Amino acid sequence: MNLDGGVPRPFVRPMRGWWRRDPFFVRYMLRELTAVAVLAYAVVLAVGVVRLSQGEVAWNGWLAALRAPWSIVLHVLILAAMAVHAWSWFQIMPKTLPMIFVGGRRLAGATITRAGWLATALTSIALFALARWWQS
Amino acid sequence: MPEPKNIEICVLRYHPEHDPEPAWRSYQVPCTDDMSVLQGLQHIKDEIDGTLGFRWSCRMAICGSCGMMVNGKPRLSCQTFLRDLQPGPVRIEALAHLPIERDLIVDVGEFVNKLEAIKPYLIPREPRTLAEGEYLQTPAQLERFEQYTSCINCMLCYAACPEYGLNRDFIGPGVIALLHRYNADSRDGGQAQRQPILNAEEGVWSCMAVGYCSEVCPKQVDPANAVNQNKAVSARDYFLRFLAPKGAAP
Amino acid sequence: MKRSNAPLFWLPFGAGGMLAALTGTMLVFITGIAVPLGWTLRAELMSYPHVLALAQHGWARGLLLAVIALFAWHAVHRIFHSLHDLGIHSGATAKLVCYGGAFALTVITAASLWSIAH
Ligand code: SF4
Ligand code: FES
Repeated sequence: MNLDGGVPRPFVRPMRGWWRRDPFFVRYMLRELTAVAVLAYAVVLAVGVVRLSQGEVAWNGWLAALRAPWSIVLHVLILAAMAVHAWSWFQIMPKTLPMIFVGGRRLAGATITRAGWLATALTSIALFALARWWQS
Repeated sequence: MPEPKNIEICVLRYHPEHDPEPAWRSYQVPCTDDMSVLQGLQHIKDEIDGTLGFRWSCRMAICGSCGMMVNGKPRLSCQTFLRDLQPGPVRIEALAHLPIERDLIVDVGEFVNKLEAIKPYLIPREPRTLAEGEYLQTPAQLERFEQYTSCINCMLCYAACPEYGLNRDFIGPGVIALLHRYNADSRDGGQAQRQPILNAEEGVWSCMAVGYCSEVCPKQVDPANAVNQNKAVSARDYFLRFLAPKGAAP
Repeated sequence: MKRSNAPLFWLPFGAGGMLAALTGTMLVFITGIAVPLGWTLRAELMSYPHVLALAQHGWARGLLLAVIALFAWHAVHRIFHSLHDLGIHSGATAKLVCYGGAFALTVITAASLWSIAH
């Protein structure tokens, strides 16, 4: 019996564990989880800036910490999460843009996504080239 | 005629008059290659248990009344074929996130109220007399809103939206897609009247861009696009209201 | 209906997400893997004088601050909403911890960068 003063009461199903109900939701949660890695990286960089402001000894201490095996492992994990972030960010991009018309034809969502991935690839190459150029 | 094979259909049943909560019940249904899930349910109702409740009308994916969860996915039951779900069992449940009134029938009251609130009709930009003739639109102007006119109010997108499930005050994908359908129409001038709904927490800002709504929509409306492109519109309205006293986005 | 203040939080979230999508992967590779291991890049890239010069350079300094601030803001915005998704009641305290944390990180970074320049 589920009556409210004689009136049948609609049943609202619980939401607990909803994100395990569909692989689509699992991928969504994975996407949101990348934020933890992005935050971790921001903290690593911020600590670096603080150490830099404290002088050469402090800075070298931070560099030594970066060379520790646990730090390398951590950064490999962050790297993977960043890649997932970049992939998913442009995956959802077509949904967030108004319709774009090029030469009277609507730009397909897949084109927008691929343009984003290309932009990431080009930016990455440019950053790496910049690092190579600046190290010498 | 080939011999019909049996398929097991499990239905989440709920009769508030005697059930404290929904429970699964299983039925054996003879199944031919041309049978939809809806026809399977009709067989149960006609031959096995006449108390089974579900909605349907057109049987051709246009009235939007037969939406339900089929093996956990929001589907139109008249458009989903049992042959694709062999060997079964097929699990049928009322559309997720919506309150169950009885068996596979969900409460659509909240949805209808929201639909009314967004003024789902053309509000002319300027008064126009009959003598001035019809409105003219270019194909490009039509394309800006045409896909959103395909919505059949089936609410599959609501069953796909966890944010709606977590907070049923969220206006939700389907209704926002219809809101955008009118805002994006070159004949319409009602954006300023609809904007407060988009600007609210229950408007576009409850959306986390999960994107599953667009995936399950049977009419390629792409409601996620309607919702998310209006975030930028709403943000512009938020900041520009300090410049333009009326507060309406252009 | 009440107007939401979400745009204030959403705009930097979007900016940070875009910046992270474009640069994050390579930045992590450079600072966290390539340079520490001396693999494909030399350790001198991040030597004290080298990085000090970078931090004293006008727009490079601004870029560094932008990366840290926007990455942090993007991340806490997502984490805050994920708490809601997981049904953890995300009230004012969670909001304060999340956005306050990103704000604190920004202030600390800006202050350090300022002290390096002066
Ligand atoms: S947007 Fe698509 S899924 Fe949502 S109610 Fe309309 S037709 Fe159904
Ligand atoms: S019965 Fe009309 S859409 Fe299925």
